[in-house]
Amino acid sequence: MNKTLLYGILIAGTIIAPFILPDYRTQLATMWLMIIVALTWDMTGGQMGYNSLGNIFFYGTGMYVAAVVGISLAYNVADYTNAAGGGIYKFTDGQYFGGIFLGSIAAGLFCAACAVIIGWITFGLRGPYFAIGTLGVAIAAGELVSNWDWVGGGQGIALPVYPGDFNIGKIFFYFLFAGLGCAVFIFVKWLYSTRFGAAMNAIRDDEEKAEAMGIHTLRYKLIAWAMAAFFVGIAGAISAFQLIHFEPLETAYQTINLGIFMVVCVLLGGKGTLWGPVIGAIMFHVFKEVTWNYLLGWQWVALGALIVVTVVYFQDGVMGWLMLKRPEWFGMKVEQKTASAEAVK
Amino acid sequence: MDQVLGNIDLLFQFPVVNVKILMDGLMIGALFAVAAYGLALVWGVMNVKNLAQGDFVIAGGYVSWWLAQKGLPPLLGVPIAFIVLWGVGWVLYKLVISRVIGRDLFTSLLATFGIAIMIAQILNLIFGSDTQSIKLPYDTLYFFDGFVDVPIAKLIGVIMAATLATGVVVFMKKSRMGQAIRATAQDPRAARVMGIDTEKVYAFTFSLNSAICGAAGAIIVMVWLIQPFYGITYSIRSFVIVTAAGLGNLPGVIAAGLGIGALEQYGAHIFGIGYQQAVAVLLLLLVLLVRLAQQRRNRQVLQ
Repeated sequence: MNKTLLYGILIAGTIIAPFILPDYRTQLATMWLMIIVALTWDMTGGQMGYNSLGNIFFYGTGMYVAAVVGISLAYNVADYTNAAGGGIYKFTDGQYFGGIFLGSIAAGLFCAACAVIIGWITFGLRGPYFAIGTLGVAIAAGELVSNWDWVGGGQGIALPVYPGDFNIGKIFFYFLFAGLGCAVFIFVKWLYSTRFGAAMNAIRDDEEKAEAMGIHTLRYKLIAWAMAAFFVGIAGAISAFQLIHFEPLETAYQTINLGIFMVVCVLLGGKGTLWGPVIGAIMFHVFKEVTWNYLLGWQWVALGALIVVTVVYFQDGVMGWLMLKRPEWFGMKVEQKTASAEAVK
Repeated sequence: MDQVLGNIDLLFQFPVVNVKILMDGLMIGALFAVAAYGLALVWGVMNVKNLAQGDFVIAGGYVSWWLAQKGLPPLLGVPIAFIVLWGVGWVLYKLVISRVIGRDLFTSLLATFGIAIMIAQILNLIFGSDTQSIKLPYDTLYFFDGFVDVPIAKLIGVIMAATLATGVVVFMKKSRMGQAIRATAQDPRAARVMGIDTEKVYAFTFSLNSAICGAAGAIIVMVWLIQPFYGITYSIRSFVIVTAAGLGNLPGVIAAGLGIGALEQYGAHIFGIGYQQAVAVLLLLLVLLVRLAQQRRNRQVLQ
């Protein structure tokens, strides 16, 4: 009963938010993007113990795949990128929306395939080597794409703007992100309740033992990462059309921005919990946007400091702190001292 | 593609070009090896993977560059960068690193990544995002009818890097503190039992590491370019070298450093200068893959 009410309020809030806060539509859409990347990072990072620093690779790759698919529906990609968004190319409504739809699907599938290939290579690496290896993949991809003239090189790609009213476009992208975010949340909520989720947690707790119990760990790791990559790829595809223009190093493969933010979001909220990434993403985004204007250029330094402070002093996050203070909220029973004393006897 | 083949062809038609690329690569590789030695030190002694390594290098470079702008002789920048970065490392150790030791490895990785972002952004705010370098007032030596040019500044850089490395190695072998550091690396508990203040050793090791990096950066700014956001590539190079060589393997670190310097220069020559950073990162992936293949083989033996 209580839960139904909570979810009802949240869904209603999601739907009316862009209408009661018209000035913050893009901000709210970005908040949903943070929730999506945080939730998907937690699938491997929190639930499976594989801390990737390279999930941003799927975001950037999703952007590029969606842009290339979207453009190639109407024009030759090489000609289009040569013109560098010169404005001579027009897209019909059908081409534009078809581009978003097909581009998103293609981006998701392509990123999932990339995750399987990269994962097959890197999942043999444990602990920090996995983190550094995936970070290397993301940085290398950014550098290679910025030298690839077919997709615009370091200049990036300019995509068509939303056909029709400017404000309707903002609402359109807000609901694309919100819809994807809700889908991801429902999906991971279901996933963590299945045997698959239990196997992921087993891999996190002790990989050797999990393997000894007959869990094919590599297969589970690959599937889990491919699912995460699928959603991040779609999020990247939507971002590509929302941002209109993007370039490889600062927007698509933004290793030190979004790539590290998603980790901080999860740590702030609480690693390995369902609600932690959501709470963390909202907290982080609000903190970032509220302080951004008052720090006068020092905002990036403040964000670096926030990362350090979160990691060093507050690693269990909000959910971990709540679990410590209010275990009964999570259905955990605290053993009485007398009971344990009797057990000793 | 034609351009790439043409560049490879050039290497065979004019063997002298190889000499030039190798000279450049080995000179810069010597500096990579110095920074990587610092990483190996911290990694081995306190098991902290420092992703801010490259940013210490860049920070040292900016200290030296700023002093040169103020009119100090550039060679004096190296010891001053050493001292300044020693202080920075000590403060960072007390504030952050001391609370990270002994926790899971991802914590140290993320915390130092945060530090790396902070250092890069602070440098960017103070000095701007242009590339900087110090021009030394020395001649350039020419060999092979002018095909190979070796600026004396680069030679001085290599000699200073070698001096720095030798100094650190002798210090680690001979001095009381060096012995304490090595003892702590072997077994911190036993070291504590023997009366070594491991907390002090850790603080000293981390400060020494950042000081070494700072001095290396002060040399790099004389022979190459620096920019606030170049740090991450130096960190990755250090990881490549340490991963390839293994911990506590000094000849390996030197060999890997020189090798990576040379490979990078070859990559930049063959694929174009825009790919230099990409080559550095791809080398990391290659080294990780080779290590992985070795582990897989070991595992099969165990089965």
